[in-house]
Amino acid sequence: MKKLLIGALAASATFLTPLAATAQTEVQFWHAFTGRLGELVKAQVDDFNASQDEYTVVQSHKGNYSETLNAGIAAFRAGEQPHILMVFEVGTATMMAAEGAIKPVYEVMAESGAQFDPDAYIGAVKGYYTTTDGEMLSLPFNSSTPVLWVNRNAFEAAGVDPDTDLSTWQKVGETLDALKAGGEDCPLVTAWQSWIHLENLSAYHDVPFASKDNGFAGLDTELMLNGDVQVAHLTAMGDWAKDGKFIYTGRRNEGGANFRAGECALFTESSAGYAGIKAEAEFDFDVRPLPYWEGAGNAPQNTIIGGASLWVMEGHEAEDYKGVGEFLSYLSSSEVQAAWHQNTGYLPITVAAGEATRASGFYDENPGTDVAVKQMTANEPTANSKGLRLGSFDQIRGIIDEELEAIWSGDKSAQEAMDSAKERGDALLRRFESANR
Amino acid sequence: MLPGSWMEKRVTFKGWLLPLLLIAPQVVISAIFFFYPAGQAVWQSLFIPDPFGLSARFVGLGNFEFLLSDKFYRASFVTTAVFSILVTLCSMIPALFLAVIADRLIKGSGVYRTLLIWPYAVAPAVAGVLWLFMFNTRVGVVSWYLGQLGYDWNHVLNGGEAMGLVVVASAWGRISYNFLFFFAALQAVPRSVIEAAAIDGAHFWRRFFTIVLPLLSPTTFFLLVVNIVYAFFETFGVIHTITAGGPQQSTTILVYKVFSDGFVGQDLGSSSAQSVILLVVVGLLTVIQFKFIEKRVHY
Repeated sequence: MKKLLIGALAASATFLTPLAATAQTEVQFWHAFTGRLGELVKAQVDDFNASQDEYTVVQSHKGNYSETLNAGIAAFRAGEQPHILMVFEVGTATMMAAEGAIKPVYEVMAESGAQFDPDAYIGAVKGYYTTTDGEMLSLPFNSSTPVLWVNRNAFEAAGVDPDTDLSTWQKVGETLDALKAGGEDCPLVTAWQSWIHLENLSAYHDVPFASKDNGFAGLDTELMLNGDVQVAHLTAMGDWAKDGKFIYTGRRNEGGANFRAGECALFTESSAGYAGIKAEAEFDFDVRPLPYWEGAGNAPQNTIIGGASLWVMEGHEAEDYKGVGEFLSYLSSSEVQAAWHQNTGYLPITVAAGEATRASGFYDENPGTDVAVKQMTANEPTANSKGLRLGSFDQIRGIIDEELEAIWSGDKSAQEAMDSAKERGDALLRRFESANR
Repeated sequence: MLPGSWMEKRVTFKGWLLPLLLIAPQVVISAIFFFYPAGQAVWQSLFIPDPFGLSARFVGLGNFEFLLSDKFYRASFVTTAVFSILVTLCSMIPALFLAVIADRLIKGSGVYRTLLIWPYAVAPAVAGVLWLFMFNTRVGVVSWYLGQLGYDWNHVLNGGEAMGLVVVASAWGRISYNFLFFFAALQAVPRSVIEAAAIDGAHFWRRFFTIVLPLLSPTTFFLLVVNIVYAFFETFGVIHTITAGGPQQSTTILVYKVFSDGFVGQDLGSSSAQSVILLVVVGLLTVIQFKFIEKRVHY
């Protein structure tokens, strides 16, 4: 009898489990995070799954940003697309142009009836992912903005006051001289050179990076990165590179390793560098706002974001999109956002999350973590500082990287390099225009 | 041997069915994995599609026009030529040298041979990472020693150094492969001929250049073709991991550009057109090799 009972239980368990599983709607979520960030995403997903029993979000890592976008595109062509795809900010124009492949977030939210208030999002973050009519196409997920990191110990070792004013590039220039004279081998290093020293530089000084409102107003946009402000900045950087005051380490965030090891005094890097620097740095560090050129353009305007947003793909059941809506709504909630912001150094995407973080006393305990938020939200974004929307932008960044390398090595003047970047980049913009007409 | 016996070596079949059946597997495989994709590439090269495959605009030869008017694309041909010649030389000459030395060994040649074959087992991408690690401008052992000697190694900014590094990293694993073939070919050189030359007083290197090298020519020719094809197509992993085509496109070979335009730029039209051009170039190269160089080969 007992045996029979166990057998019946086992049998019913076997039959019931798949039933229980199919009762839930599965939502596929493809992202590009590994390591600590990957764990945090997994925690968010697990938490959401545990919070309700109608939907199951299945998260999978698909490689780096470019690879994730490629995986999404290839999957769409094969009819196997996920519900939610993480796309980095440079892929935004590609996704926006893909009408028929994407389902705008505002539509998903309206249909699903999930809680959604577009005004809750920070303007400068949201602006990157909304249409010119203000409709949100993708949900901002991880957004950061560049700041200046200071190694206080290196300053002291070189006999320079670590509290010295570093708000403008003019002052940074003087400080670099002093650091070099004090025996510092690596006064300044950077990550993501195009993003920080061209894209953000342009927005911060309120000068255009590309025509047609940086591409927001049309596909027939042309690069304008060879303007006076940009060329003056790159000329200064080129001179610093020649004198060994700016050390070039690579196109991505290679410089982070140098800075975290304590080898460099100043580091321009994303605010999201916080988690890594805090974990590894064995020196006192400061976060300062990104410097600007006194007297150039309208500086300081506001900086723009980097990072990724979540796109909902077309071609699934209405029921699935309900789950997607619930999940996106969960991700935007203040608690989730505040925790994400505090753990990673990424910006809070809603105003409420920023306020919750402030109220919790996090900024007082971790001075400098609010620098990025302030810098982003200091001014209402202009047409030049709303963001960038350029096709083939991943490749254009590659071109910019090459031309910048030519400046750092002394092969080209800043003007020559940027003229060439414009010419080559414009050719790709025209290709993109004809592919998406 | 009877004069007639060698004439009957060729097998003849009655009817068509059996021969067709016998070549069918090869034909099917070629059709699926070669003709179909190649045909697709040709077809797609006539369009500018959007990345998601939602629409495509017919442009005729527009993609080719766009490519050939791009000076960076034209420069990529030169880069590819320099790269393939260097990789071929750097992988064949040391391999031949090592094979000649190994051939002379009496004791321990087995161990020596095995050790030399190992690098071939390393995948190109992994080899790329290994070399990158040694020459890393920050933590690399070799770049540190170069720094001690007063040489400031920086392949991140210096195109010549970047090219040197990808060539060495690509050639390294290939030396093993070439070594195997050279070594086998050397074993097949008749001892009697060499001994006769030795008795006539020809020293080692003279014997090598006048007897051994000409007798190795079929192997050398085979390796030349195979290595050039390797340099054209299979070095992708090395370049992707070490330089990603930079600095300033100095290591962007044709096949790397196919990848970066197609999968980074999502420009599938241009990428397909480049594949077609690459197909033609390699086809021509192979024809040239067989027409002109093979004539000088003694079998």
